[in-house]
Amino acid sequence: MTNKIRVATTSLAGCFGCHMSFLDIDERMLQLVEVVEFGRSPINDIEHCTDCDIGLIEGGVCNSENVHVLREFRKNCKILVAVGACAINGGLPAMRNFIPLEECLNEAYINGIGVENAQIPSDPELPLLLDKVRPIHEVVKIDYFLPGCPPSADVFWKFLTDLIDGREPSLPYELVHYD
Amino acid sequence: MSKTITIDGNTIPFEDGQTIMEAATAAGVYIPHLCHHPEFTPHGSCKLCTVKVNGRICSACTFPAMEGQDVLNNTKELTDDRQLITQMLFVEGNHLCPGCEKTGNCQLQAVAYHLNMLDNHFPHFYPNREMDASHEDVLIDHNRCIFCTLCVRASQQKDGKDVFAISGRGINKHLIFNSQSGLLKDTDLDATDQAAQICPTGAILIKRTGYQVPIGERIYDHKQIDQVSLETEHHQHDK
Ligand code: SF4
Ligand code: SF4
Ligand code: FES
Repeated sequence: MTNKIRVATTSLAGCFGCHMSFLDIDERMLQLVEVVEFGRSPINDIEHCTDCDIGLIEGGVCNSENVHVLREFRKNCKILVAVGACAINGGLPAMRNFIPLEECLNEAYINGIGVENAQIPSDPELPLLLDKVRPIHEVVKIDYFLPGCPPSADVFWKFLTDLIDGREPSLPYELVHYD
Repeated sequence: MSKTITIDGNTIPFEDGQTIMEAATAAGVYIPHLCHHPEFTPHGSCKLCTVKVNGRICSACTFPAMEGQDVLNNTKELTDDRQLITQMLFVEGNHLCPGCEKTGNCQLQAVAYHLNMLDNHFPHFYPNREMDASHEDVLIDHNRCIFCTLCVRASQQKDGKDVFAISGRGINKHLIFNSQSGLLKDTDLDATDQAAQICPTGAILIKRTGYQVPIGERIYDHKQIDQVSLETEHHQHDK
């Protein structure tokens, strides 16, 4: 066991844009990994979230697997963070909330332009879609929120360094954006 | 000797007939607001301007200034209340800022930034609201309307028309247009009307002007709404 702070990350109904923005901390990543090690994350392909200090969640929940992963993170992370517009309010994926699910599926898999062998995917391995895309605070308790589409690299840096240095995390005006 | 009130312990002069909001603005004190506009009769609907007057909760935009008032404005408690009010405004409509042309220029968003609002706290309604793109030059997106009635008041009081009204109650409340068909294109609204220009949110947009100012260079990207508001509204009160 090391004494490093364990951070896990995942993207649910998101576009990985928040993860890309996190990686934009660039060479500061070297400073970060001096004190941090990564648990489950698309960065390292570890598949399950086990005991972690900080969990960063990108994206809202749009299917049953998202809910399952989110609950696994909540169970295993001391601090759970909603990262980005989609985790906080559903974001652009939530634009499907105004169209009945059946119509969405028909448009994508039956009536869409260029569709061949039209059929709605129903493999039991596929997670079921929720009727609406939801922000994650409606499913589990969230401790902190980092707004932005995506939050800038400086937001990640400010938040993580605050936490690591034992300060109450805060974002000044220049770092708060919803777009 | 002019008459005075105090706001957060500072002495502020006022003239008879002024509201607390008007006295504050004239003295360079910002009280958050969305439905208030110095050129129109107050409406008192958004409650962002909630202050405590001698221990009682009041709307600064409608409450007359009176000798002996001890007003609290910039306190932790009121900021928390205002943040909850703003969060309710966000979840009641559909505010997906990354896809909204008004982002960076939007007063609702700017007030939220000013209050350091980082999340929406409440469950989202995701109400099913329409868009009206029928008008040649003006687009209405009901998803972003906060029912401040500024367009209603501007149309009546400035443009001498009567294009807008609010209909329905509670969650069914919505903006309606004065035309047989109910469509915006059949009203006498022009894009140059103040009613078409005044919306504090992205509910009313002028067509073919989108993204002329890039995101990142917009009004509230670098300046807080308290500063912008005092700069633009200070002289309007004096008129
Ligand atoms: S109207 Fe304002 S708060 Fe609503 S989506 Fe547009 S920018 Fe965001
Ligand atoms: S359309 Fe805009 S100005 Fe009119 S009531 Fe709605 S938010 Fe206010
Ligand atoms: S500004 Fe006073 S209630 Fe809206």
